[in-house]
Amino acid sequence: MAPGAVPGAVHPLSWPDSLRRYCPDVSEPVIEVRDLVKRYKKADKNAVDGVSFSVQAGEFFALLGPNGAGKTTTISILTTTLAPTSGQITIGGADAVREAAQVRRQVGIIFQKPSIDRNLSGEENVRFHAILYGLYPYRPFFRMMPVEYRRHVTDLASLLGLEEEIFKPLKKMSGGMMRKLEIIRGLMHRPKVLFLDEPTAGLDAATRRNLWDYLREVRAKSDTTVVLTTHYLDEAEEADRICILDKGRVVKLGTPDEIKADLLQEYLVIDAADRPALCRELERRGLTVRESGPFHVILDGRSAQDVIRSLDTELTVLRTHAPSLEDAYLKIVGTEME
Amino acid sequence: MTEVNAILTVASRDFLKLLRDRARLGFSIVFPFIFIGLMGGTLQGNLGKAAGFNFIGFIFTGVLGMTLFQSAAQGLISLIDDREQDFSQEMFVSPISRYSIVFGKILGESAVSLFQALPMFVLAAVLGVHLTLPMLVVMLAISILACFLGAAFGVSAMSLLNNQRAAQQIFPFLLFPQFFLAGIFNPIKILPWYLAPFSLISPMRYPVDLLRGVLYAGRPEYSKIVLFDPLTNLVVMAAMFVVFLVVGTALFVRQETNR
Repeated sequence: MAPGAVPGAVHPLSWPDSLRRYCPDVSEPVIEVRDLVKRYKKADKNAVDGVSFSVQAGEFFALLGPNGAGKTTTISILTTTLAPTSGQITIGGADAVREAAQVRRQVGIIFQKPSIDRNLSGEENVRFHAILYGLYPYRPFFRMMPVEYRRHVTDLASLLGLEEEIFKPLKKMSGGMMRKLEIIRGLMHRPKVLFLDEPTAGLDAATRRNLWDYLREVRAKSDTTVVLTTHYLDEAEEADRICILDKGRVVKLGTPDEIKADLLQEYLVIDAADRPALCRELERRGLTVRESGPFHVILDGRSAQDVIRSLDTELTVLRTHAPSLEDAYLKIVGTEME
Repeated sequence: MTEVNAILTVASRDFLKLLRDRARLGFSIVFPFIFIGLMGGTLQGNLGKAAGFNFIGFIFTGVLGMTLFQSAAQGLISLIDDREQDFSQEMFVSPISRYSIVFGKILGESAVSLFQALPMFVLAAVLGVHLTLPMLVVMLAISILACFLGAAFGVSAMSLLNNQRAAQQIFPFLLFPQFFLAGIFNPIKILPWYLAPFSLISPMRYPVDLLRGVLYAGRPEYSKIVLFDPLTNLVVMAAMFVVFLVVGTALFVRQETNR
């Protein structure tokens, strides 16, 4: 059981979607951000301009936005490496400005740029992290570390299939493997919140998929709240909630479905050999149609089945178009850019 | 206790990095040969008699003090660059205090500088510089102090140069003049009036003078080379160390979060 968990309580991750979506206040927020503003020295406008949001314990929360939207600035403030110009931030009940050390104890972060020291071995990277977080006393060699630590590292190494490599300098390790090692290291001190700042940037598709499979496994096992920034919208699609930032402001906040539903309509793509007949029939049925062929029939809450059933003209093309988060995102960010 | 463990971790990482960097280790052997062997040898051959003292010993103490001071200072400056690189990001988001990061870095870079300076003692002995065991012990103790002073100077410079570009452009201007004002390669017993004050505020001058005080103690050329008595040098070094460390660390910690 996770530290601080109530015996018998059901973790939010295991709630049905309906409960989690409609009862967001069932658990205390682990992150609260109110009216956050950051203006860098000598800058003439705010990098983060009045951002507010909260994240529930166990939630998977994604921060999306184009370059310069304020994502990394927000994460840097939340992880206490940057001071805000104004606003209030609490993480696990501790104030990010006045109680920075307490906040740092509760968070783990995977940076955009790898934070693994390639001159050291995997084990040394893990050991130094563990000592910095006060988990074990300093010892210059692995064999001098407590048994508990040695066992932990051996387990981690076998989990990653790195039984031998973990004791060798990291120079030859692949990017994906190093990312995994960083995640393992970031979870050593059992953080309440794990920040992932574009964790898959620069990784190939297979490595990305592999890393996400691993992250899903980690989330399922550790109850950790995950805050993600990413450029890959398919990664954000898995989040419980998404916060879209642009020019330092929140432009949309909600579940992926809510964001898509608010902005985009589901439609049916149909066509027929006898286009004029199909066009007349669509008009007769009072359906909203876009494009002149293939026709885009807006569903407007009707099911695709109902629409198809109502048509007599023989169809040559039939497919449904469910909007993706990418469509919604481009619509939001595109509108803002105009 | 957590902070002590953290300081040792930060320090040991720097030392481990040195041991695994073969190019750097190789350079630390070649570097003293270039300065002490080549420079000291040529100066001794051409100017030794006229000056009335052995230039190899003079250059050895100068280059030793300079290397220790410069290497420690540069190690600290690297923290500016490191802040957004590799493992240093980890240090800055961990719950340890900024003071522990600075102290760990001072300790680690001092150990690195000291290790890199060890071949110089061997080379100096090979080239005929007279070194007894008590002299070696005292010079090693002074070497540690030189490292600490250089590291504290680095902390102050780091707190003023808040980005890597500024550090790369300005830091050499803080170090380079000191080579001449501190008399690393050139005697500074007599200086023109307009250079004397700059020489006096050059931190590198004091550990170098202290090392020369040990090497030339009891020898006729002592008064030609050594500038101040050892106690004065020690007091000035201690005062500079405290000022650089306190002001530098306070500014660095403040600047770290107020970017």
